[in-house]
Amino acid sequence: MADRHLEADTPELRARWGGWSFSEANVAKAKEIVARYPEGRQRSAVMGLLDLAQRQVGAETQTQGWLPIPVMEYVADFLAMPIIRVVEVATFYTMYNLVPVGRFHVQVCGTTPCMLRGSDDLIAACEKRGMAPGHTTADGLWTFTEVECMGNCASAPMVQINDDNYEDLTAERLDGILDALARGEQPKTGTQEPGRHTVEPVGALSSLTAMVGENHDYRGEW
Amino acid sequence: MALQDKDRIFTNVYGYQPWNLKAAQARGDWDNTKALLARGRDAIIQEIKDSGLRGRGGAGFPTGMKWSFMPKEYKPDRPGFLVINADESEPGSCKDREIIRHDPHKLIEGALVAGFAMGARAAYIYIRGEYIREAETLFAAVAEAYDAGLVGKNASGSGYDFDVFVHRGAGAYICGEETAMIESLEGKKGQPRLKPPFPAGAGLYGCPTTVNNVESIAVAPTILRRGAGWFASFGAENNRGTKLFQISGHVNKPCVVEEAMSISFEELIDKHCGGIRGGWDNLLAVIPGGSSVPLVPGEQIRHASMDFDGLKALGSGLGTAAVIVMDKSTDIVRAISRLSYFYKHESCGQCTPCREGTGWMWRVMERLRTGDAAVEEIDMLQEVTKQVEGHTICALGDAAAWPIQGLIRHFRPELERRIAANVREAAE
Repeated sequence: MADRHLEADTPELRARWGGWSFSEANVAKAKEIVARYPEGRQRSAVMGLLDLAQRQVGAETQTQGWLPIPVMEYVADFLAMPIIRVVEVATFYTMYNLVPVGRFHVQVCGTTPCMLRGSDDLIAACEKRGMAPGHTTADGLWTFTEVECMGNCASAPMVQINDDNYEDLTAERLDGILDALARGEQPKTGTQEPGRHTVEPVGALSSLTAMVGENHDYRGEW
Repeated sequence: MALQDKDRIFTNVYGYQPWNLKAAQARGDWDNTKALLARGRDAIIQEIKDSGLRGRGGAGFPTGMKWSFMPKEYKPDRPGFLVINADESEPGSCKDREIIRHDPHKLIEGALVAGFAMGARAAYIYIRGEYIREAETLFAAVAEAYDAGLVGKNASGSGYDFDVFVHRGAGAYICGEETAMIESLEGKKGQPRLKPPFPAGAGLYGCPTTVNNVESIAVAPTILRRGAGWFASFGAENNRGTKLFQISGHVNKPCVVEEAMSISFEELIDKHCGGIRGGWDNLLAVIPGGSSVPLVPGEQIRHASMDFDGLKALGSGLGTAAVIVMDKSTDIVRAISRLSYFYKHESCGQCTPCREGTGWMWRVMERLRTGDAAVEEIDMLQEVTKQVEGHTICALGDAAAWPIQGLIRHFRPELERRIAANVREAAE
């Protein structure tokens, strides 16, 4: 956690991001998020609003998005809470980017279940393309982070790139995905294992075979 | 006897069929939920108690009993809340994700049934931030349930008003701890609270709150429909029911599968995972319940009963039933050291023994990995794990200590061998 830092609050940063606000559509979304919590508890919406803000910054910069200080100030104003409470939240949770990132945030899971299935090879494949931990490549395309368990352990190893997961990877499969993204294509998401649907055992199913062909209702067999 | 498909609760766990309301109803979800609620709060809680269901999030606390801790009287100024823990982040665990993206209506119906039974007015489903597409499915499924009148005002025609909200996390393992989750829901850093007060007394917004795992909630409607006796017919005494097992690592076919509790490790692996990679003789060790439980050497676990008591007897635990299998190609010290790094990364920094200790333990583990240590440091590390364990507000400190203790208990000769090899190399 301590290796994360805020982007310096400089006049240039103020010039670029001062006066930032939600788009009209995002104001509506933000109000919808606030409405999920009881009256007077709007502060609960801070996580949702920071995510929304990061996504809007991402759309504006053609990247995954990040949170400049003026953007956090806007969120603090929106929820009538002190800016420091917003910064506390933004710095605590790892999905908020505190510095600018590239167009694609390549997050390779390196925790033990993925490590056992070959995440070292995926990290090496990323490094071979010039990616380095915590850095964005010069072309602005890739930001690389080794992340902690993403909860895809039965289809490990995996990588999350922006909003999508790519599972059952090998270095070659990852290379193919990164090449496709660089070309502006959307590769198939989820498992990359030929013939695998999601997290069932590869090959012949060991259970629930009737579900493959039809939406089977088992109640008649109870 | 092996579990039959008709007795599996999560029939769409692999997502071959749509998750939507229409498909879920065709599989039996939301079938006259009004009648389930009409049984009354006490009868529902009793049925869950009788079923023997123990919490599926790791600790294994009896679910029905947990629900009964909520106040019996409803006070409008202090409404009760059900918080559903979908912050699945324990390394090895990947079951709640399958429920949410493939069978979300089981969870939402469960939220209504459980929330009604404990007298809650609303449920918050706290889903980990990294489950981005899964959260999209969940939001859509909740919207379907509202549109169909199944939740919201007069939920399912029961006369009971019950809201279901989804709250997305943003990347913090610690928010899986129930009071950290409540803090996070209130818009703060996810740092655990001191207990007491316990959440059932003062939880979310200071109101009575119960925090349950996704799987515990999602199985509730099926238990009510089929009866406590049906659920209790699976598994050994005190370890009842069916359970989603998640097998990762060095098996031929890693998968998520619902099985009867107390199935033997060998049967689980041979039947669903195509055996151990390289055969049973190639099995080195298993972490049977997610990263925080101690590992078990291969020869000890082969015939073990995969349940709370069976794994406790081996000095480990069932946890979330996230089974991490390691064959003899594994660098076992590195495998555990990587978990130490995980806990260092995820410590919230509130308690000094954990904040400092997790980093300290990881650094020593890294030196033990390369053998760049003195033999006495093995005992020193063991001692430090004991100083962290039990001396922190939440169990993250314990979770960081246990894997290391398991390694020292079972693989001390390997640690000593590396140190000796390192000394020999230096001498040469």
